[in-house]
Amino acid sequence: MKAQKTVWKTAVGVVLTGVMLFPVYWMFNVSLTKTGDMRADPPHWFPWDPTFEGYTAALGQQLPALATSLFIGLGTVALTLVVSLPAGFALAKLRPRGARTIDFLLLVAQMIPAVVMAMGFYAIYIRLGLLNTVAGLIVADSTLAVPFGVLLFRAFMAGIPAEVMAAAQIDGASTWRTFRSIVLPLSRNSVITVSLFAFLWAWSDFIFASTLNRSSEVIPVTLGIFRYIGNNTTQWNSIMATAVIASLPAAFLLILAQRYIAAGVTAGAVKD
Amino acid sequence: MTALHTEPAHAARPRARAGRGNQRRAQRWTALAFLAPLLVYLAVFYAYPLYRNIDLSVHDYTPRAFIQGNPEFTGLRHYVVIVTDDAFLRALSNTAVFTLGSIAVQYVIGLALAVFFHRNFRLSAVLRAMFLVPWLLPLIVSASTWSWMLNSENGIVNAALQAFGIGQINWLTSPDTSLLAVTVANIWLGIPFNLVILYAGLQNISPSLYEAAGLDGANAWERFRHITFPLLRPVSMITLLLGLIYTLKVVDIIWIMTRGGPADASTTFAIWSYREAFGTGQPDFSPAAAVGNLLIVIAFVAGLAHVRLQRKEENG
Repeated sequence: MKAQKTVWKTAVGVVLTGVMLFPVYWMFNVSLTKTGDMRADPPHWFPWDPTFEGYTAALGQQLPALATSLFIGLGTVALTLVVSLPAGFALAKLRPRGARTIDFLLLVAQMIPAVVMAMGFYAIYIRLGLLNTVAGLIVADSTLAVPFGVLLFRAFMAGIPAEVMAAAQIDGASTWRTFRSIVLPLSRNSVITVSLFAFLWAWSDFIFASTLNRSSEVIPVTLGIFRYIGNNTTQWNSIMATAVIASLPAAFLLILAQRYIAAGVTAGAVKD
Repeated sequence: MTALHTEPAHAARPRARAGRGNQRRAQRWTALAFLAPLLVYLAVFYAYPLYRNIDLSVHDYTPRAFIQGNPEFTGLRHYVVIVTDDAFLRALSNTAVFTLGSIAVQYVIGLALAVFFHRNFRLSAVLRAMFLVPWLLPLIVSASTWSWMLNSENGIVNAALQAFGIGQINWLTSPDTSLLAVTVANIWLGIPFNLVILYAGLQNISPSLYEAAGLDGANAWERFRHITFPLLRPVSMITLLLGLIYTLKVVDIIWIMTRGGPADASTTFAIWSYREAFGTGQPDFSPAAAVGNLLIVIAFVAGLAHVRLQRKEENG
């Protein structure tokens, strides 16, 4: 009776997942469709006769953009960690003045629409000559991740027992030493979670790229796809092939780091 | 300093207290040092852009004025122009439909899925992980995939509908359906987030409550209505509020699919602001900043509600 019930649930679950992921399948299917079959009526439901012309075109044109995105993503991770790790530590363990105010500021920071931030950055960058630079995009993208990083690190480090830190301090370790050789190694999991999200958000960013990097030759892959759509509306196999390639980091992370991702989604909203 | 002054007054314990006072003060400086990067960061990369944004909205900034730095001061004129613009009510109602429609449907589907996945079954963990995929994909990828699926002549959606005898629907190019189309795509994007948070909320409900209800003979629907839903209320409120804050900001998905068109049919406040500033050949930053600031005010009100809820929960 019980086993039968769970088989039934598994079946329903598989169907629901299939429906949910249909657009992802469709992207994959279209990426393998021949240009000539693209406008077939009815559309081909399966890539019976796959072609890699889409992928060849995508890789030929988007390889520099993929490299740029990778670079921006890694830069954003580094900047996010440098700013949010010590801050999370201070808020969790050093009881600074105004901790509540900082909490509040971080919440407010997350509410500011990216389009508003983009205008502010544009106004600043145009003076400083940072428009159309990778450094400018790294800074702008990091604003997506820093508040999240601080709040997550604070929540995680608050759970490190006080005795562990006290023991280090009795041994004569400075606060910096304690932070570096005790708190950081213990926080490995949360560092992975924050790095993953910072990377994904920077990799996926469209708003900052399309506003601060508009006339550049050096563009991230999101902007590459957007321009691709604008320039040719017939090569949907190449567009979808680029989309599949641009989704690889997400797929990769989902397989390798699923538990860190679930931890990150819930961290901001639910407290145990 | 004050700690040293009190020393002569108390003979027995002063040294300990002075020591502790010094220590506390030292700790405060250390804390500040660790916070310094964040404080500088918030000031330079949040406060200053925000200030610039307000500055933009009360001046008449043209690209030339940007370079020369001599824009005309206009006070609140841009705000008045925007609120009295014909497009304002349109954008307000589009924003309301898009935002409320998205979060309501996302929540209902997310909750149903969370309850479905709550009791483990074979493959449940794997399937739950697969549900995260839409949320992890870059928005440009999801948006362009949906665009192609909803394409009038060659889209799979119309092809499927044709099988049921429904004629061609111009999802993205008709003013009647474009808002619906982008809302559907946005709902799809938001389901994973709702599912994960509500699922985590369900995990915190004690199983003994369900056992007790089972002994009392409550059926599945009664268990949901009298246990799950009431106990999930705080998590639900937070999910909906976060959804509201996120959805108000959405630009990418709408811009990529319809650019707010046709004829403003899918223009929300965020899209309006984006288009004025970056969407046309002639950037018009001042009205864009004014619309953006209105958006901040709306998000801020929602955010305050969020903080209040969280405090209320912390205090029991």
